[in-house]
Amino acid sequence: MVNASHTKKILERSYIIVALILLYTPILLMIIFSFFNTSAFSFKNGFSFDAYESLFNSSNSKKLEDALKNTIIIAAVSSVISTILGAVAAIGIYSMSKRSRKIVENINQLPVINSEIVIAVSLMLFFVTFKFPAGYTRLLIGHISFCTPYVILSVMPRLMQMDSNIYEAALDLGATPLRAIITVIIPIISPGILSGFAMAFTISVDDFIITQLNKGTTTGIDTLSTYIYSSMHTAGGLKAYWFAAFSLIIVLVVGTLLLINLRKYKSKAHIKIQ
Amino acid sequence: MGTKIKNISMKIASRIKNFRITRSVFAYPYVLFLMMFVIMPLVILLINAFIVNEKFSFENFANFFNDGSSVDTLMFSLLIGIITTVLCILLGYPVAYILSKWSSGRLIVLLFILPMWVNFLIRTLSTRFMFEAIGIKLGVGTLIFGLVYNYIPFMILPLHTTLSNIDKSFSEAASDLGANPINTFFKITFPLSIPGILSGITMVFIPTISTFAISQFLGGTSSHLFGDSINTKFEHQLYGVGSVMSIIMLIFVLISNYFMQKTNKGEAARNLW
Repeated sequence: MVNASHTKKILERSYIIVALILLYTPILLMIIFSFFNTSAFSFKNGFSFDAYESLFNSSNSKKLEDALKNTIIIAAVSSVISTILGAVAAIGIYSMSKRSRKIVENINQLPVINSEIVIAVSLMLFFVTFKFPAGYTRLLIGHISFCTPYVILSVMPRLMQMDSNIYEAALDLGATPLRAIITVIIPIISPGILSGFAMAFTISVDDFIITQLNKGTTTGIDTLSTYIYSSMHTAGGLKAYWFAAFSLIIVLVVGTLLLINLRKYKSKAHIKIQ
Repeated sequence: MGTKIKNISMKIASRIKNFRITRSVFAYPYVLFLMMFVIMPLVILLINAFIVNEKFSFENFANFFNDGSSVDTLMFSLLIGIITTVLCILLGYPVAYILSKWSSGRLIVLLFILPMWVNFLIRTLSTRFMFEAIGIKLGVGTLIFGLVYNYIPFMILPLHTTLSNIDKSFSEAASDLGANPINTFFKITFPLSIPGILSGITMVFIPTISTFAISQFLGGTSSHLFGDSINTKFEHQLYGVGSVMSIIMLIFVLISNYFMQKTNKGEAARNLW
């Protein structure tokens, strides 16, 4: 009996390990081959940092830099606006009557459940019909429209957990409603606002389909995702420097998230022990 | 005494009413925004699908259903979507189940959802290079691998959440009453985890059939998914038929959302932040 449970444990552990290896193999291969200056997974060019150097001094460096700038600017602007719009709206929705609240929450859910391609084409038709200026305006509106629902979804639970007596206590003690919101409600829901902002930023950075269909063909605006996509379609496939760029992105993203979460996990474990 | 209490309670009631009225104003800018940029675009999509030459007609629908290749793509996408979803359940369920029993499970689940935060084009391209390096020809098989690889975190996460929230005393009671582990699993754990499976299915199935780019990079020349053909129609300025196809996609979204009221896409993100 002891033996059977022992083999079961080993089997379980190896299943998890194999699954993790499979999941991370393509990512690790990308990083490994970024040091072999190739445009395919091969060792024939030998170990070098050439791919990383070509990030800065190849003919495409300017375009890559622009794409990176666009990605960050669009994500920063749209996530800040989404966070403000969403946090304010969440406070409003929270105090709506039950029926109108349900309606607004359902509409708010639409961009979350809807398939990205449908959001993208409907926005495109909308922008074309009403002749919105091509370029950043369309992209920012698009990004705000699919980021804000996530901000609301992360602020709402905080509001629900809040003891509504606290707000009323502030009013009883003579605070104006606006002041009570700023000094009482906002600090209580701020963790939700913060995680909403982080979600909005990452979702915006990651977006491909909505940006691709709404960036316009003549504006020349590219974000990292659309630039990757278009350079995959150019003759000769991907240049070696993409491997370096991807590796940097992967290490940055996975590293940051792992660090944040490890810290969170550790502090939680700490609280449990205490 | 009675009137005093009544007075106070009326005061409180009016204050609550006031504060509700003043505060719900905060939602108005966003409600307006939703009307403009979420509802209106969908209305325009509908108009585009049904209005041909300023007249209401089903011409676009007829065009779609008469054009065999579009319907074929839809059927092919549904088939690929079903295969991908089933594979995600078969491979992801054991992961979620095993991790729900480990004390470190929560941390390891994070390792499974972390890759989701690396741009999907990058992950798709690296799987493609991997296949090319070991000499596997791109086709339906590699496409399904790529889809499972991309979407399995969306299956593992809701499953893990449901499985770890199941009260352990249920299965303990079952084994105390003499059920063997296999019976306990199929009679207790599995039925209780069905909500997790359902939400995993909506998270995997809809994105799979509507994705575009993954099939272009991993499907070789022949396997296109419905998302690709919607994109192609709009690239060729065929807005009418494109709108019809988007509406068909939207119907699938609404149907699957009807079965699964709450989506966990937000939950996946919330777990990380």
